[in-house]
Amino acid sequence: MAAKSETVASDHVAAHPRAGQVRLLLVAIALAGLLVAPMFLYPIFLMKLLAFALFASAFNLLLGYTGLLSFGHATFFGGAAYFTAHAVKVWGWSPEAGILLGVAGAAVLGLVMGAIAIRRQGIYFAMITLALSQMFFFFCLQAPFTHGEDGIQSVPRGHLFGLIDLNRPMNMYYFVLAVFVIGLLIIRRFVNSPFGMILKSIRENEQRAISLGYSVQRYKLGAFVMSAALAGLAGGVKALIFQFATLTDVTWQMSGEVILMTLLGGIGTLLGPIVGAGLVVTLQNYLATSDVPVTIITGVVFMVCVLLFRRGLVGEFFATKIGKKLGFRAES
Amino acid sequence: MSASLAIQAEPRVVLSARGLGRDFAGFTAVNDVDLDVEHARIHALIGPNGAGKTTVFNLLTKFLQPTRGSITLLGQDITHTRPDKVARMGLVRSFQISAVFPHLTVRENVKVALQRPAGLAVQFWLPLSALDRLDARADHLIGQLGLARWRDHRAADLSYGRKRVLEIATTLALDPEVLLLDEPMAGMGQEDVAMVAGIIRDVATERAVLMVEHNLSVVADICHHVTVLQRGEIIAAGDYAAVSADPRVRTAYMGSEA
Repeated sequence: MAAKSETVASDHVAAHPRAGQVRLLLVAIALAGLLVAPMFLYPIFLMKLLAFALFASAFNLLLGYTGLLSFGHATFFGGAAYFTAHAVKVWGWSPEAGILLGVAGAAVLGLVMGAIAIRRQGIYFAMITLALSQMFFFFCLQAPFTHGEDGIQSVPRGHLFGLIDLNRPMNMYYFVLAVFVIGLLIIRRFVNSPFGMILKSIRENEQRAISLGYSVQRYKLGAFVMSAALAGLAGGVKALIFQFATLTDVTWQMSGEVILMTLLGGIGTLLGPIVGAGLVVTLQNYLATSDVPVTIITGVVFMVCVLLFRRGLVGEFFATKIGKKLGFRAES
Repeated sequence: MSASLAIQAEPRVVLSARGLGRDFAGFTAVNDVDLDVEHARIHALIGPNGAGKTTVFNLLTKFLQPTRGSITLLGQDITHTRPDKVARMGLVRSFQISAVFPHLTVRENVKVALQRPAGLAVQFWLPLSALDRLDARADHLIGQLGLARWRDHRAADLSYGRKRVLEIATTLALDPEVLLLDEPMAGMGQEDVAMVAGIIRDVATERAVLMVEHNLSVVADICHHVTVLQRGEIIAAGDYAAVSADPRVRTAYMGSEA
């Protein structure tokens, strides 16, 4: 009766005892890199990257950690951009209040869309979110405050807490970086919380979770609203970075783009969506000035990834010996 | 059997079904089933394969909506109650195909069940260490069911029999009034069967147990009451001696198991 024989030892590589310290070191290096990055790279590009990385991370909260594929996340991203832009420009709100309004607005939209869509599963869930986000797109096209095709232009960045002038690129950059880090910490806590544990159990065996008395739809709705709110955080920040809010951010293509980013990087990991967003935004940035159509290139990259790296770039890395030694684990 | 019947002074019915039926697209899977499950008794639901035993379980736990009939749990009508609500009211089931959370450890599996009654299921702002205070209770249950050695193993890595034991541990974690066990001993070795039978007998001292079981010697050994189902209908009910003497039961079993 050897206990050892019971465990499947096959693809199990134990993490190195000091893996935790090494991981912490890697995070510190990445953070240090982000702190000095604007001295070498164009700040607007970096800020765009951070905003989309946060957006993709928020989306992954739903796809990777709850197992729900939403095809309507542009609603929360673009919707929050409109709310923030309107509050800051028309009502003269401070940037932090404007962003919070964007987050709240996205959460309300998430509550409505989630409450309707959550009763269905798989492709039906995705289709309902797509349909609702298309409805929101037409609302944004028609509503007076969004200014239709023009969007809300020349949004003032203002002064953070009335003190820090966000019109200075460096101030704005560090503000965006702070929001990004806070957003990630929220996601990390959410995933590793008592609530996150129930989400995980629902993803593992929904029937069993029901039979233990959990109303799984409420938990899914909770995750949906949280994901929408964080996507709204990214959207609100984006409106301040570019100083405008447009229809582009509420299109279905934007919903598709965030799915692409998340799958490219690897779902169910905190790092995956960040890497995926970085890759897509960088590609777009460098190809924007060339004659090569961006969508074709990103499409090819996506196909290659689906064919070669099923788990996404980060997921594949975590599955290697080095990744396992470092104690990385993707949620399957 | 007669001795244990005598102890039971006044039987208290905790779960009952009247005229329960379910149709699937013209096919009647379960028809006119009456059941009374009593506190501190073990009630067996037996019958040949395809008799509708699991369907009855699904109806009682509301995983399936009955086409006809009514269900009462602890004096309350649950005919139209949602399954998660039924579970919260004290009727908890296990599944025929072992239902564990495969990528969670044995301890985590039990803790997930403990989280809701402890009011620790919705806190998205607390760290996972907030669940540490459930460790003692989880470990106690794990030890009780002889799983202590596998506490930190992932459920997926357990043997089939131990997965079933883990499932019972998880179910017991909710301290249910009524326990529905769907073939708890299927696929188990002889030692495990004896152990699980002992566990079921123990837990039934303070709660009702309804179990589907094919192992008739276990049924004869621990069950106070037996209901025999065939083609979705009850053909016999009573204690094991009476039921096994019933000619219709004999034919049903000879017909299916020969």
